[in-house]
Amino acid sequence: QTEYSDQTVWMLAVKNNRDRVAFGMIFDFYAPRLKGFVMRTGVSGAQAEEIVQEVLLTVWRKADQFDPHRAQVSSWIYQIARNRQIDVIRKESRVMPEELSTDLKDEGASHEDASQIMAVEQEAETLRMALARLKPGQREMVEKAYLGELSHSEIQAETGLPLGTIKSRIRLGLEKLRHELKELRS
Amino acid sequence: MSTIKHHISDPLMAAYAAGNLPYHYELVVAAQISMSDEARARLAAHEMAGGAVMMDSAEADLSAGMKNNVMAMLDEPAPKDVSYQKSGVFPGPVMEALKGKPPKWKSLGFGVRQSILHADKEGSVRLLYIPGGEAVPEHSHEGLELTLVLQGSFSDETGRFGVGDIEIADDDLEHTPHADPGEPCICLAATGAPLRFKKFMPRLFQPIFKI
Ligand SMILES: [Zn+2]
Ligand SMILES: [Zn+2]
Repeated sequence: QTEYSDQTVWMLAVKNNRDRVAFGMIFDFYAPRLKGFVMRTGVSGAQAEEIVQEVLLTVWRKADQFDPHRAQVSSWIYQIARNRQIDVIRKESRVMPEELSTDLKDEGASHEDASQIMAVEQEAETLRMALARLKPGQREMVEKAYLGELSHSEIQAETGLPLGTIKSRIRLGLEKLRHELKELRS
Repeated sequence: MSTIKHHISDPLMAAYAAGNLPYHYELVVAAQISMSDEARARLAAHEMAGGAVMMDSAEADLSAGMKNNVMAMLDEPAPKDVSYQKSGVFPGPVMEALKGKPPKWKSLGFGVRQSILHADKEGSVRLLYIPGGEAVPEHSHEGLELTLVLQGSFSDETGRFGVGDIEIADDDLEHTPHADPGEPCICLAATGAPLRFKKFMPRLFQPIFKI
């Protein structure tokens, strides 16, 4: 009844049913791309595979933290991959924001909101197309920024990517979740 | 949550999403995201852009047996990681930096107190406690200064900052923030280099206070 992307379907199966076949699909889809992505930062093939292995194990272990109302599978995995790379490079481990309260997470899990999930996926697709349309020079800067190769002062504020619409969509989802939780309690 | 007026800039948020901010700035950004749905949604947007870049990377061949290795490791016990929750006015990331304990305050005079959370040659991050109406000593910055309000509010030449607001000050800003009258203002402040306070205290004393 839904038309989620394959990646979201696999990830939900891993999250909700600890489905190993679905995890295998995620591995086949993401591992080669992840390795390519990590190698772009100048990491050797062997070290990149170690990172990819850790990232995929984290995907399996922390699957309950994946929230399709707020993130597409690729953006969730991107964040895990960058974490892993920072922890390899740096003395201090990376500081992450506080997790949303478990109340909010439980509510999100029990009330799967298909329209919100679909909207997040659509936004991600729009974003990918916008990235593909950037002029080569501009695109290279955006790629460098998200590969962690530009400092904040080197990143130009206007990336040319439609981040504002995505932000509004995700924010709406968060507000809706908090609102529903309030109603449930009163 | 709707009252936050001063947000993290997009370049800072993009650098945070990429994990490319030094620890002291990263802590302030992570703390603000913990306090604001708006910031959380903006981070998610940047992570989506990062995900798009990742997806467009050329695929690399995997060595034989890698998948079997990973599949065989799924049942191994996962390393436990501790996560810190908000306590009082301190959001999770600050509690993590405090290792779950209350801050150890050191007096700077005139009721102003600080607690240094981390300092090295790249920069420092500290909690500041300023009684209502008191000023933060006049100072200049080497590098960027990020100040996040955790309690109360402060004002300076550039505006007023309340709970959850973040002030982004460049090298060239010379300002005299003061806590607004009322409850004490508690801030989390990070700078790229040791703060140089000007009048408040002779420079001689600076090594003692690590400022
Ligand atoms: Zn450090
Ligand atoms: Zn300042």
